[in-house]
Amino acid sequence: MASEKVFITQPGISQPNTKWRHFWKYRALIILAMPGILLMLINNYLPMFGIFLAFKDLNYTDGIWKSKWIGLDNFKFLFASNDAWLIIKNTLLYNISFLLINTILAVMLALLLNEVKNKFASKFFQSTVILPNFISMVIVGYIVYGFLNPELGFINKFILEPFGIDPKNWYAEAQHWPYILTIVNTWKNVGYAAVVYLAAIVGIDSEYYEAAVIDGASRWKQMTKITIPLIAPIIIIMTLLAIGRIFNADFGLFYQATMASGMIKETTEVIDTYVYSALMVTGDTGLASSAGLLQSVVGFTLVVTVNLIVRKFSRENALF
Amino acid sequence: MNQKRTNPIIVVVLTLFSLACLIPFWLVFMISVADENWVTAHGYSFWPGKFSLVAYQYLIEDAEKILRAYGVSALVTVIGVVVSLFVTSAMAYALSRKEFPLRGALSFYILITMLFSGGLLPWYLVYTRFLHVQDTLLALIIPGLIGGFNVIIMRTFFTNSIPPSLIDSSQIDGAGEFRTYFSIILPLSLPVMATIGLFTTVSYWNDWFTSLVFIQNEKLFSLQYLLTKTLMNASFLQTIANKAYSSTAQVTTPLESIRMAMAMIAIGPLVLVFPFLQKYFVRGLTVGAVKG
Repeated sequence: MASEKVFITQPGISQPNTKWRHFWKYRALIILAMPGILLMLINNYLPMFGIFLAFKDLNYTDGIWKSKWIGLDNFKFLFASNDAWLIIKNTLLYNISFLLINTILAVMLALLLNEVKNKFASKFFQSTVILPNFISMVIVGYIVYGFLNPELGFINKFILEPFGIDPKNWYAEAQHWPYILTIVNTWKNVGYAAVVYLAAIVGIDSEYYEAAVIDGASRWKQMTKITIPLIAPIIIIMTLLAIGRIFNADFGLFYQATMASGMIKETTEVIDTYVYSALMVTGDTGLASSAGLLQSVVGFTLVVTVNLIVRKFSRENALF
Repeated sequence: MNQKRTNPIIVVVLTLFSLACLIPFWLVFMISVADENWVTAHGYSFWPGKFSLVAYQYLIEDAEKILRAYGVSALVTVIGVVVSLFVTSAMAYALSRKEFPLRGALSFYILITMLFSGGLLPWYLVYTRFLHVQDTLLALIIPGLIGGFNVIIMRTFFTNSIPPSLIDSSQIDGAGEFRTYFSIILPLSLPVMATIGLFTTVSYWNDWFTSLVFIQNEKLFSLQYLLTKTLMNASFLQTIANKAYSSTAQVTTPLESIRMAMAMIAIGPLVLVFPFLQKYFVRGLTVGAVKG
């Protein structure tokens, strides 16, 4: 800003200050953007500088700056405990199955929704399938509890008991959770994805269908030969973007639906819940920061790689 | 066009799908209005043999905690959404001006935030050790104020829907950037403001994570966080029930129904306004889908 003053006091002399003059002309826009810039600085950039904490033995009495540097010890500790492999495996397996199941079901649901002719019925179906996406994960936790409560839950009392099957202690038996969490995730998210695909389908030029009808194409033929190929790009892009986020778990799902039960960690602990409990429950900042950095770095690499692939498919859909 | 009626098989499949989305809410509702003794004997059911509104009576007796949580959630949501819309649109407007010299740098600045994050621990330390906002409402408001993705959606809207000549002519007439932004851009942007506003409303209203991380003071519990506590912590539920215990002539405290009644009180308003908002929500998805 100092250079502007120089420019103002010495008009008429041409100098490198023309660049500043250029900025000065748009100072109002800079001021408009400033709150956003500052908020991102606080919320996004300052934490990024904090990644060096992964290489420190963080100690609150000494303060963040004076804590000892310990190199890769936090990472050694993380991998030595076997936790690392468990949380990486869980995070990846859940995300891959969520991605596959959600994409397939959402496309099918969108195709079905597109076939509904009655306007009211169409609105009704769209509203109901998207409703679960609207509610908080906390409420989802309540719903899951309603079904799975070991003593009173609907599944134990009204499904297993009548068939003479022993009630299950859901929140203590790890082996059921891959299925439960997949169902819950599908229930919450598939409607949203379906409506995105439906929007893409509705955007298809109706001339394609008119031509197909003249050629005598059946509804099925129209679906497989026109609709699906034409929405393929958006399916591919949504999928690639999801792959970029594959190292980030939905913390709400894994925390609320499981009621943070410690007994089922084997199948429900993901990177996000691990970092949370290392930080807030056990207070082990070394594990929290090293697992967090691992997640950020792998996530960043994946996003950049995936973006390169998206660019290969279609430049304009790439994120950058 | 070749057939006016929907294939009945499709109607059946979609009806089943819709039911699967609605029935879980029904279960929660039915537990909330079930008689506690019946529930203890038979379990949670879609149609309890005996109904009772005692759970809601308890909650009315001890309405203070819930009303306070409602207030916290409402306040955080209103302030958060208004400020967030302003900050996001102002930034997006600067970004949408082709002649703005910092445009490239600013886009890059936003992009980085969408690609890389410092992780939970540094983020937590920034808010607690640097800003010192733990246990204040600011801790619930600030983190949700800006999102790179929303800025990009708004920028796309401004560039596509507001002709640059409109901005040029207003500035020839002597309007500065602020004037242009407030009296031309904002009034013309209602569709995108409604969409982003709705998304932001839902995320502030449903947020429980920032409370989980930053809030210890019971007076600042948001509705969702109060619910989290009641679900996970049986003794916390008991304290809520106990407060009303003395004034209600009930021998057994209907803990299970109280729990679900609280959930219903939280779902209620949302389900009521949902049909009116749904239109914007679907439109918002389409806006988002334009640039994935």
